[in-house]
Amino acid sequence: MDMHALKLVVMVCEAALEKPLCADVKRLGARGYTVVDARGAGRSGERGAHWDEDRSIRMEVVCDGTTAESIMAHVQHTYFQHYAMTVYVIDIGVLRRDKFLPG
Amino acid sequence: MIDTVVLFFVLGLAARLAKSELKLPAPLYEALSIYLLLAIGLKGGAELARQDVLSVLPQVGAVLLLGTLTTLIAYTLLRVTKIGHADAASIAGHYGSVSVVTFAVAANTLTNAGVAYESILPLFLVVMEVPGIVTGILLARLTGAREGAVPVRWSPLLHEVFLGKGLVLLVGGLLIGWAAGAEGLAPMKPFFGDLFKGALCLFLLEMGLVAAGQLSGPGGHLRRAGVALFSFAILMPLAGATLGTAFGLMMELSVGGTMMVATLAASASYIAAPAAMRIAIPEASPGLSITCALAITFPFNLLAGIPIYLEMARLAHSMAG
Repeated sequence: MDMHALKLVVMVCEAALEKPLCADVKRLGARGYTVVDARGAGRSGERGAHWDEDRSIRMEVVCDGTTAESIMAHVQHTYFQHYAMTVYVIDIGVLRRDKFLPG
Repeated sequence: MIDTVVLFFVLGLAARLAKSELKLPAPLYEALSIYLLLAIGLKGGAELARQDVLSVLPQVGAVLLLGTLTTLIAYTLLRVTKIGHADAASIAGHYGSVSVVTFAVAANTLTNAGVAYESILPLFLVVMEVPGIVTGILLARLTGAREGAVPVRWSPLLHEVFLGKGLVLLVGGLLIGWAAGAEGLAPMKPFFGDLFKGALCLFLLEMGLVAAGQLSGPGGHLRRAGVALFSFAILMPLAGATLGTAFGLMMELSVGGTMMVATLAASASYIAAPAAMRIAIPEASPGLSITCALAITFPFNLLAGIPIYLEMARLAHSMAG
């Protein structure tokens, strides 16, 4: 099997950021993303998803290392100060490398 | 006498405070809110079809002014209590805007009391959603500019304000109701008319659960709000209602109409405003606004405010002769 090394950027944050983040990651070179509803707790308190403004999302982006770095630098600069947000990056293996890289 | 629909809100409050497992599924809440917004819009639109729309333009101007004034009053009160610029502007924006459910409960109270009100009121509800949000954002930007706040990107924001679920459904309902008239809507009456109160009860049950969730538990913000904000969340609706009553008299509305305008001025938005403010004023804490609007002012208006505003309107009219 032909396995290729790529990065998975995972961002858990307030649902209010979904629209701006979707635009951001595409602009920064990601070919796509996946968003799911989430709930949980952290430094900003419990987010139980009981209310629109209390909802959270988890966004996953498969991309190359350079894109991963620019996405993380961008969200750190733009959103960390005022929004509840957790971001991490994982090394992953994918089968079709072309699917995830800017064409 | 407390309105029966309000008892469902009390049930929700009590259930959550007693840590009951009761929870309405999120899609049901979504569906109910769509239904309520459309039903209010349709009813208002059908009534609007009976009158000359141009003749109400001065009144529309008056309620726009009212929404702007309540925002400025709220901002001033908050600044006096030493709340920071960004938080004060964001909270003021919530109070300048309006709560659709409070409007629905007030209308229900008037119907039960046998007091008539002008059919134009749902149009005022739509109009008053906007000025508070816009004024709040402007306040934050004007006062925050020198503190290095992020500049506002207006295009996505205006999209959020004017094409948000609430305004699209209310305005859409108004237009459909207006085009169809009472006769055209008659076939829909069993669904959008007769079932309205039942749907409102279910929605209020959910609102009770959410409001109590804001008050208690680890997610509760009441402790963070403190005495100053708590007092603001009780005094501001009374101040808004007083101003709204004066506007009702000035606009030559009936007792019922005056009470509805007072209720609009007293209510705070917890659906349209939070979404817009979170994007427009990110440095403001969303927890503070939601706690004030949803956990304190909304229950206050439902349980005590609405009957007070009706008496206020009656008194004002008897004094004005």
